[in-house]
Amino acid sequence: MTIVEQPAATRALLPEPEPHRVLGTGAAPDARLWPELYRLLVRGRRLNEQATALTRQGRLAVYPSSTGQEACQIAAALALEPRDWLFPSYRDTLAVITRGVPPAAALGLLRGDWHTGYDPREHRVAPLCTPLATQLPHATGLAHAARLRGDDVVALALVGDGGTSEGDFHEALNFAAVWRAPVVFLVQNNRYAISVPLAAQTAAPSLAHKAVGYGMPGRLVDGNDAPAVLTVLREAVAHARSGGGPTLVEALTYRIDAHTNADDATRYRPPEEVAAWRERDPLTLLARDLRAHGLLTDETERAARADADTLAAALRAALNTDPALDPLDLFAHVYATPTPQLREQRDAR
Amino acid sequence: MAQALNRALRDALAADPDVHLLGEDIGTLGGVFRVTDGLAAEFGPERCADTPLAEAGILGAATGMAMYGLRPVVEMQFDAFGYPAFEQLVSHVAKMRNRTRGALPLPLTVRVPYGGGIGGVEHHGDSSEAYYMATPGLHVVTPATVADAYGLLRQAIATDDPVVFLEPKRLYWSRDDTVELPATVEPFGRAVLRREGADATLVTYGPAVPVCLAAADAAREAGWDLGVLDLRTLVPFDDATVCAEVRRTGRAVVVHEASGFAGPGAEIAARVTERCFHHLAAPVLRVTGHDIPYPPPMLERHHLPDVDRVLSAVARLQWEDQV
Repeated sequence: MTIVEQPAATRALLPEPEPHRVLGTGAAPDARLWPELYRLLVRGRRLNEQATALTRQGRLAVYPSSTGQEACQIAAALALEPRDWLFPSYRDTLAVITRGVPPAAALGLLRGDWHTGYDPREHRVAPLCTPLATQLPHATGLAHAARLRGDDVVALALVGDGGTSEGDFHEALNFAAVWRAPVVFLVQNNRYAISVPLAAQTAAPSLAHKAVGYGMPGRLVDGNDAPAVLTVLREAVAHARSGGGPTLVEALTYRIDAHTNADDATRYRPPEEVAAWRERDPLTLLARDLRAHGLLTDETERAARADADTLAAALRAALNTDPALDPLDLFAHVYATPTPQLREQRDAR
Repeated sequence: MAQALNRALRDALAADPDVHLLGEDIGTLGGVFRVTDGLAAEFGPERCADTPLAEAGILGAATGMAMYGLRPVVEMQFDAFGYPAFEQLVSHVAKMRNRTRGALPLPLTVRVPYGGGIGGVEHHGDSSEAYYMATPGLHVVTPATVADAYGLLRQAIATDDPVVFLEPKRLYWSRDDTVELPATVEPFGRAVLRREGADATLVTYGPAVPVCLAAADAAREAGWDLGVLDLRTLVPFDDATVCAEVRRTGRAVVVHEASGFAGPGAEIAARVTERCFHHLAAPVLRVTGHDIPYPPPMLERHHLPDVDRVLSAVARLQWEDQV
C-alpha cells in the first residue's frame, strides 16, 4: 500500500488529529474568563434541570435537554458579538438564553404558547429550528447578505451529529464555501441522533473531515472543555470576520439525558457509557482546573449555585403562570395583511 | 412574455438595491428561458447570481438573505426542480412571519416556470400550483398576459410576504404589441374578466387562459356566449369577482392544466357552490389535466385541456333544463 501525500492546501483544511483541549493540559488559566465560564456552566446546568422539571409539571410540552453539552452552548453564545447572528436548533435553548434572550421567552416554543417566544431581530437569534439542519442554509444566506451589504457580521449555526446527514447540511456548507460567507458551523457531536449512534450515521473519519470536501477548514475540539470550545469558536469567528470564509467545527460531547423527556435512552445505550461520560462532565473538568489554580473556592462555588437558583426560580415563576392566549392571534400573522379567506374564517369564530 | 418578465426584474433591480436574483444558469446564460438575459451584465454577478446547483440551498440561502432584510428573487429552473426546495418553502418560507408573530417577515419571490405544452421531457411539464396553494403563508400568482407578467412580478417583488410566481412556460413566447412597458402594477387578489359572456363563465388562470379564449370564440358557432375569467392570483383568491360573475351567468366551468383530483378546480368548485348555490343552473364542472403523471411530449396533447374538452364540458351544463 502506498501512502499518498496530501497537498499542503488540503492538509491545511484537515482537522487536528486529536481534539483541541485546554483543561488538564497545564495551560495557564484566564483568571477572568474561566470563573465566568464556570458561573455560566453552573447556571446552564441548573436551567437544564429546571426545564426538565417543568416538563414533569406540565409547564413545558417537551424539553430536549443539553445536559452534558453546556460547554458548547455557552461557548457558542460567547463567541459572538452583539451584531452577529446565532442559528439554533431545538436543543440549543441554553445558547439562546446565554445570548441574552430571557429564559421564559427562549422556552416559548417548548412551552407551546407560540412557536417563537422572542423577536429574532432584537436578539439576532433565529427561531429555534425543529426540522433538522434546515437552519444552516439560512445562516449561510444571512452571512452572505451581510457581506453583500458590507456589514461586519458573522453567523454561527448549531447542528447535531445526526443533522450532518441531511441534504441541507451539505448545501449550506457548499454554498458557504463557494460564497466565502462569514459563517461558522458548530456540530455538537453528542454521539446519538435520538437512538441512532454515530457509527450508523457516517463513515467519515470525523464529522470535521467533511469540511475538506467543501474547501473549508475543519476543526475538532473537546466539546466538554469550555475554554477549548470557546477558543476554537473564537478563532473560527475571527477567520470568518476577516474574510477567510466559513469553518466547520466539530465538538465531541455527550447527551447525558435522553433525547427529550419523552424518550427512554436505556433502550439504546448502556449505563456504563453514560457513567463514563459523567466523569468527563464539563462542569467537573473546569472546576478541577479552577481549583488547582485557586480560582474556585467553596464560597465562589456557593455563589455560583445561588445565582443559578435565583435564575431557576425566576423561570419557574414565569412559567407557572398561565400564558395569555388569544385564538384570534392564529389569523394575525400568516400574512402582512390577512387574505379575504382568513378574514372570513377569523370573523366566523 | 419572457421580455416583460425580464423588464420587471430589471426595473425591480434598478429601483431597489436590496433586490437580488439567485438561481441556476441565470447569470451568464440569462436563464434557460432567457428571462434574466442581460441582468448579470447590467447589475453584476452578485445581484444576478449563478448559484451551485441545489434548490434547497438556493431557497434556504434566500431565506437567510431575506431575514437580513434583502429582497431575494429566486428562480427554480423548472417546476419539478422546485421539489427539493419544498421543505424550505413549507417549513420556513411560508411560516417565518407567523412563527415569529410578524417579527421576521420574508419578502421573497420564488419564480417557477410551470406547466406543459412545450414538448418538454419528463419532469419539465408539471403544474405544481396545488401544493403551493395548500400551504398557508404563501401567495400564489400566475400571469396569463404580457401586461400581467410585468405587473404581477413587480407586485410580487414589492410584497412583504413570500410569493410563488408561476410562469406558464408555453406563454413565454407569447406577444402583445399593444402593451407598453412598464405595465400597470396592481395589488394581488383581483381576477379579471378577459371576455364578457352571458351564458356561462370559464374560470381559469395561467396557461389555460388562451385555451379558454379560443374555446369562447369557437362556442359562438354553437350559440353559447361564454365569459372568460382570469384569476391571476390563486392565493389570495378573489371570491367576490368569481361569485359575481357566476351569479350573473349561472353556469361555470373551471379549466386548468393541473390534475383534477384534489386540484385547484376542486377548491374553486366548492367555493362557488357554497356561495352561489341558488344562482347555479348546473353543477360547476371541471376541465383539467388527467390524474396521471405528466405524460411524455408525444402524448401531452391528450392530457392538456383543449378547446374540444372545454366545449364538451360547456355542453354538459344542463342547458335542456332551461327550455
